[in-house]
Amino acid sequence: MIDFTMPDFTQAYAEIFVLVMICVILILDQFLSDAKRNITYYLTQLTVVAAAVITFNQDHSVSVISFSGMFINDGMSALLKMSLYVVMIGIFLYSRDYLVKQGLLKGEYYVLGLFGMLGMMIMISSHNFLTIYLGLELLSLSLYALVAFNRNSPTASEAAMKYFVLGAIASGMLLYGMSMLYGANGSLDFTIISNSINEGSASKQIQAFGLVFIIVGLAFKLGAVPFHMWLPDIYHGAPTSVTLYIASAPKIAAFAMVIRLLAETMPGLQTDWQTMLIMLSVLSIGIGNVIAIAQSNLKRMLAYSTISHVGFLLLGILAGNEAGYSAAMFYTITYALTSLGAFGMIILMSRNGFEADRLDDYKGLNQRNPWYAFVMLILMFSMAGVPPTVGFFAKLWVLEAVINIDMTWLALVAVFFSVIGAFYYIRIIKLMYFDKSETDIAIEGSADMRLAISLNGILILALGILPNSLMALCVAAFA
Amino acid sequence: MLVLTDYLILAAVIFCISIAGIFLNRKNVIILLMCIELMLLAVNINFVAFSYFLNDMAGQVFVFFILTVAAAEAAIGLAILVVLFRNRNTINVEELDTLKG
Repeated sequence: MIDFTMPDFTQAYAEIFVLVMICVILILDQFLSDAKRNITYYLTQLTVVAAAVITFNQDHSVSVISFSGMFINDGMSALLKMSLYVVMIGIFLYSRDYLVKQGLLKGEYYVLGLFGMLGMMIMISSHNFLTIYLGLELLSLSLYALVAFNRNSPTASEAAMKYFVLGAIASGMLLYGMSMLYGANGSLDFTIISNSINEGSASKQIQAFGLVFIIVGLAFKLGAVPFHMWLPDIYHGAPTSVTLYIASAPKIAAFAMVIRLLAETMPGLQTDWQTMLIMLSVLSIGIGNVIAIAQSNLKRMLAYSTISHVGFLLLGILAGNEAGYSAAMFYTITYALTSLGAFGMIILMSRNGFEADRLDDYKGLNQRNPWYAFVMLILMFSMAGVPPTVGFFAKLWVLEAVINIDMTWLALVAVFFSVIGAFYYIRIIKLMYFDKSETDIAIEGSADMRLAISLNGILILALGILPNSLMALCVAAFA
Repeated sequence: MLVLTDYLILAAVIFCISIAGIFLNRKNVIILLMCIELMLLAVNINFVAFSYFLNDMAGQVFVFFILTVAAAEAAIGLAILVVLFRNRNTINVEELDTLKG
C-alpha cells in the first residue's frame, strides 16, 4: 500500500550542497578567533560560487519534477537561481565592509545569510504548498534574526519586532488560504490543484475565498500597498547590510513564489486574481511614488521606491501571459541588481559609527569623488527608468505587456506616477552635482568593494545598452 | 454528528479572534506572540478537518510541519523580545514608535 520510490537527489544537488556547507561553516566558525573571521567570509563566497557551478551544470532543457512532486527544476528556476547567486555574492561582498566598519563582523551573519539563500532556492524550486511554505519560513526566520543582528541598537530591535509580527501575520494569511485551496481541491500538489481548478468540479466560492487570503499573504511579503506599512520601518531600522539583503535577493524569491502560486497553480482563476493584482499595483505605484517625495532619509526613500517597483512587477504578472511573466522576471532581476548597487553606495559612504543614510550626506559627492557620483547617477537613473540604463527597458517591456492585453489606462497611470517618481531620484542627482559638500572626508572602502560597486554600475549601464541577451533568457524560461 | 462545516466555522472564529487580538491589543507584545500562535492553530484545525474528510494524509503531515515551524518562530520571537526589552526597557506596543518618516 505504501508506495515509496527513491527521489532523484541529483535534482537538488545545489540545495544539498549549500545545506552541508552551512553546517560546516557554522561549526568551523566556532573555532575561529575574530582576527581569522575572514575565513568564514571566503568559505561563504566559495559556497555561493560552487552552488552556481552546480546549478549551471544541471540540464534545464526539460522541466523535471522530483521528490514525489515536491520539487521542480525548470528553465525559470535555473535563471532565477543563477541571478540569486550573483546578487548574494554582491550582498556578502558589500556587507563585509559595513560589518568591519561597524565592528559587527560575526560568523552568524554569514550562516543566517546562507540559510536565507537556501530558503529562497527552495521557494524558487517548489512544486507543493509544503515546500513553498518551508522555504518561505526558512527565509523569513533568518531575516528576523538578521534585522536584530546589531544587539545594542534600539531601532534595530524595534524594527525586528515589527518585521516579526507582520511577517508572521503574512505567513498565517498565506497558510489559511492554502488550507482552503487544499480543502477545495484535495491536494497540496501544484499540478493536481491546477487540473482540479480547470475541471471546475470543486466549489468556486471556497477557491475564491482561499485565493483572497493567498493574495493578501503574497502582498504582505512583497510589500504591495495596502500591506506595505512594515517596509519603510524595517529598511530604516535594520543595519544597512541587512537592508541591502532584504531589498535585493528576497524580491527574486518573492517573484518566484507569485509565479508558482498564481501563474502555475491557478491559471484557471486568472480573472479573479487579475482584478486583485490591478488594485494592488495601481495603489503601490501611486502611493509609493508620492510618499517617497516627502522622505529625508535615503533608506526610507528607497523603501517607498521599492513599493512602487513592486507595483510595476505586478503589472507584468497580471498580464497573465508568457510575455508578461518574462517582462516581470526581467524587471525583478534588474531591480535586484540596481537595489544592490544603491544600498552598496550607502555602505561605501558610511564610516565607523556614521551611517550615510540622510539625503544631505550626498551633497557635493561629485567634488569628493566624481566616479562614485557617476555610479550613483546611473543607479538613480535606472530606478527612475531613464534610458540608456536598464530600468528603462524593464519598465518598457512591462508596460508593453499591459498594453497588449488592452489595458492602456493602466499603463498610462503607471507612466504618470513614475514621472512623479522621477522627481525624488533626480533630487539626489541634483544634491550630488549642484550642491556644496558639507564634509571633505575621503571615501574609504576595501579594494574589492570599490571594484564591485564600479562593476555593478557598469553592469546596469551595459544591460541598458544591450538588454536583449538577458531578455532572451527570460523569454526562454517561460517558453 | 459534527460535519466539516462545524470545524471550518470553529477555525474561522479562532482565526478572527487572533486577527482582532493583533489589531486591538495596544499594551503588550507578548499578547501579539500569543495571537500569532493562535492564528497558526486555527489553520491547523482547518488542515486536520479537511484531511479527515478528504481521506488524504497530506494535510496532517502539513500540520506537523506547521507546528515545528511555529515552535521555531516562537523561539525567535521571544529572543527578539528579550533584545528589545534590554534596549528599550519596555515591551509596550504603543511605545514602539521611534521609527517614523
